[in-house]
Amino acid sequence: MVDIPLDQVAGIPPAEVGEVELYHPRSWWTRYVFSQDAKVIAVQYSITAMSIGMVALVLSWLMRLQLGFPGTFSFIDSNQYLQFITMHGMIMVIYLLTALFLGGFGNYLIPLMVGARDMVFPYVNMLSYWVYLLAVLVLAATFFVPGGPTGAGWTLYPPQAILSGTPGQDWGIVFMLASLILFIIGFTMGGLNYVVTVLQARTRGMTLMRMPLTVWGIFTATVMALLAFPALFVASVMLLLDRLLGTSFFMPTLVEMGQLSKYGGGSPILFQHLFWFFGHPEVYIVALPAFGIISDLISTHARKNIFGYRMMVWAIVAIGALSFVVWAHHMYVSGMHPYFGFFFATTTLIIAIPTAIKVYNWVLTLWRGDIHLTVPMLFALGFIVTFVNGGLTGLFLGNVVVDVPLSDTMFVVAHFHMVMGIAPIMAVFGGIYHWYPKVTGRMLNDLLGKFHFWVTFIGAYAVFFPMHYLGLLGMPRRYHDIGETSFVPASAHDLNAFMSVAALIVGFAQLVFLFNLVWSLFKGKEAGGNPWGATSLEWQTPETPPGHGNWGKELPVVYRWAYDYSVPGAARDFVPQNEPPSGVVAQGAHP
Amino acid sequence: MSAVILFMATIAAIAGWWLSQQRLAAKPWLEEGVAVDFRGERGASVSPAKIGLGVFLAVVGSLFALLISAYSMRNTMVDWRELPLPKLLWINTGVLIISSAALQWSLMAARRSDDEDVLVGLLVGGASAVTFLAGQLVVWQQLNVAGYVVASNPANSFFYLITALHGLHLIGGLVALGRTSAKVWRGAPMVQVRLSVELCAIYWHFLLLVWLVLLGLLTGWTENFVNICRQLLT
Repeated sequence: MVDIPLDQVAGIPPAEVGEVELYHPRSWWTRYVFSQDAKVIAVQYSITAMSIGMVALVLSWLMRLQLGFPGTFSFIDSNQYLQFITMHGMIMVIYLLTALFLGGFGNYLIPLMVGARDMVFPYVNMLSYWVYLLAVLVLAATFFVPGGPTGAGWTLYPPQAILSGTPGQDWGIVFMLASLILFIIGFTMGGLNYVVTVLQARTRGMTLMRMPLTVWGIFTATVMALLAFPALFVASVMLLLDRLLGTSFFMPTLVEMGQLSKYGGGSPILFQHLFWFFGHPEVYIVALPAFGIISDLISTHARKNIFGYRMMVWAIVAIGALSFVVWAHHMYVSGMHPYFGFFFATTTLIIAIPTAIKVYNWVLTLWRGDIHLTVPMLFALGFIVTFVNGGLTGLFLGNVVVDVPLSDTMFVVAHFHMVMGIAPIMAVFGGIYHWYPKVTGRMLNDLLGKFHFWVTFIGAYAVFFPMHYLGLLGMPRRYHDIGETSFVPASAHDLNAFMSVAALIVGFAQLVFLFNLVWSLFKGKEAGGNPWGATSLEWQTPETPPGHGNWGKELPVVYRWAYDYSVPGAARDFVPQNEPPSGVVAQGAHP
Repeated sequence: MSAVILFMATIAAIAGWWLSQQRLAAKPWLEEGVAVDFRGERGASVSPAKIGLGVFLAVVGSLFALLISAYSMRNTMVDWRELPLPKLLWINTGVLIISSAALQWSLMAARRSDDEDVLVGLLVGGASAVTFLAGQLVVWQQLNVAGYVVASNPANSFFYLITALHGLHLIGGLVALGRTSAKVWRGAPMVQVRLSVELCAIYWHFLLLVWLVLLGLLTGWTENFVNICRQLLT
């Protein structure tokens, strides 16, 4: 710690953060339902996302039942299987993970962590949630429309997405696209809030380089999402017009059911470009908040400052920027100029560098740390393992020559489930176990939490690790029933059955988690204000759960970065961000 | 995808410039005490609403850059048949310029706290924006009558899509403009009005700029220009 002369620190600049005129709820409705308080909106986002996520979980059970025991379940036919795949993917990627990280964690943590009273545009923030809810309802409605939900795969590639023969061609695809358009509108409203709050509402002393990495992750991911989601918006609108008005943006000339279709001349590749221009940043939109959360969990629960904070920030920004120039690595098999393939393979492999820096820094933070194997820490460790695993197979798939034979096999499914399914959900769980005490004032049950972690972690490996092997055998993805093939041995079928059983068990563990969430709300151990002994501002609120306006009369003043753990000579093994250096009188700080 | 890459590069340059002002090379673990806040003199004076609008314009910009990208990829296909642009489009463009100018005038009036001129500027701006939208609908009508319906050719589809999305953004702006006008009408204090008028004016200028770019695209001028540049370079 460098000694800074007292006269430098004593002169605290006048409040630059104007007191926000707070919105005051007048009734039960405006307090809990149409609330403009970011904390309530965060809980609403989280509950909605987890509810629709449960639907996607059940769909994955059904898919696994079919894959593990083909022919046993008469209620799953090939059309339904495709519908399950599509809805499972779409819900998990967009309506669960994106909404939970940005709408849930973002809304709750950004104002608290940067020391603001609320988001800067609370009304728009509220609208954001309601539009999101509407998008989720429209999505859920596709299960009940004639023809059922679309079965085009979560990428919704034309032409098959809107041709007869694809399930959900009547209404499912229309509802799906409408829901996506709504989601993007709702997200843009929320995203503006998150960005401007980080830019403008930080409390005194909270420089960018003193922000916890969680805020950095969510902030960068939001900026990316704001720029990338328009691509999905444009693609969805154009596909919707192709479907409803018969335009030919994407639809080529083709013969459908023996007749020349009304379409002609369109380019399916154009859709792929637009879709993946959104789709690849989306991977990092989900990953960057997870990176941030994991950094904070590891530092807090290893009682050690984060290793290479600056490098971590730079890596987040670099990953964010690079992720916009790699999209075509999802299109190697669509046919492209070899130089393009070379370019996109190169940029893809370059992203591995900042990502690897982050992984090394997490490991080095753990190195000789005072590791507390709490449930959040377990999930953080689980994240590192699964992320490294998924990241390494990403290096395989990033190379054109390796991707071409592996494309459309179970290897790809295993890869992206490890890297952007299991890993981010580990961060979500870690984050929930970590911040639940702040949100509710009670701890989640530890024993149930450990059970949840071990079953989820080992179970997820049991499901997805063998899947790599199936992919290498050449087992294709998206197949309802593999049937009799010479290249798939009987043992592979046994493996499939094993994976399905594991998937059912993992799913069951999530029910335990949900039970824990509800049970602990009433019966959990009282948490107190700062149960983990953490330094960042959200743990220093005068009340737990934080009251309306977050801070008491005065906003906190920040005197240090968020990672002062185990500082030599300090009284405790953590120094909160708002604790003044010795000799300075605290201003607006709470003990 | 070159249009959107160019747009993203611009955004990246702006973000990079901004980040370079934020002392990202600081060593926060060594710096205890109240740090100098780099939002300091510049940042504190900018209202959150203005920053919010700036971010929103980046989102809208991204949307239109992607449309332009899609347009330039699709119009190289063999089935593309240019549609004749009605003359009315030029008059509409003039009206939109008037609208933007009126709001700028209103903003200048707001800066010298002249309530009446502010209101006149806003109303003229709003009325001409509505005229522009009506004019665009007439253009659609003319094209429809001439047989250029939305699905008959991708060039038509893009024309309708682009004008519709631009129009929708303008309608959104009109809502904000209406609220601002109502505020001025009620006689709200000038300090509040000034910001709202400024936000409207910025948004209008931006939509005018977008429209001019789109017009260049639809008339094919941009393409000619790019081709000339390409020939000069090779």
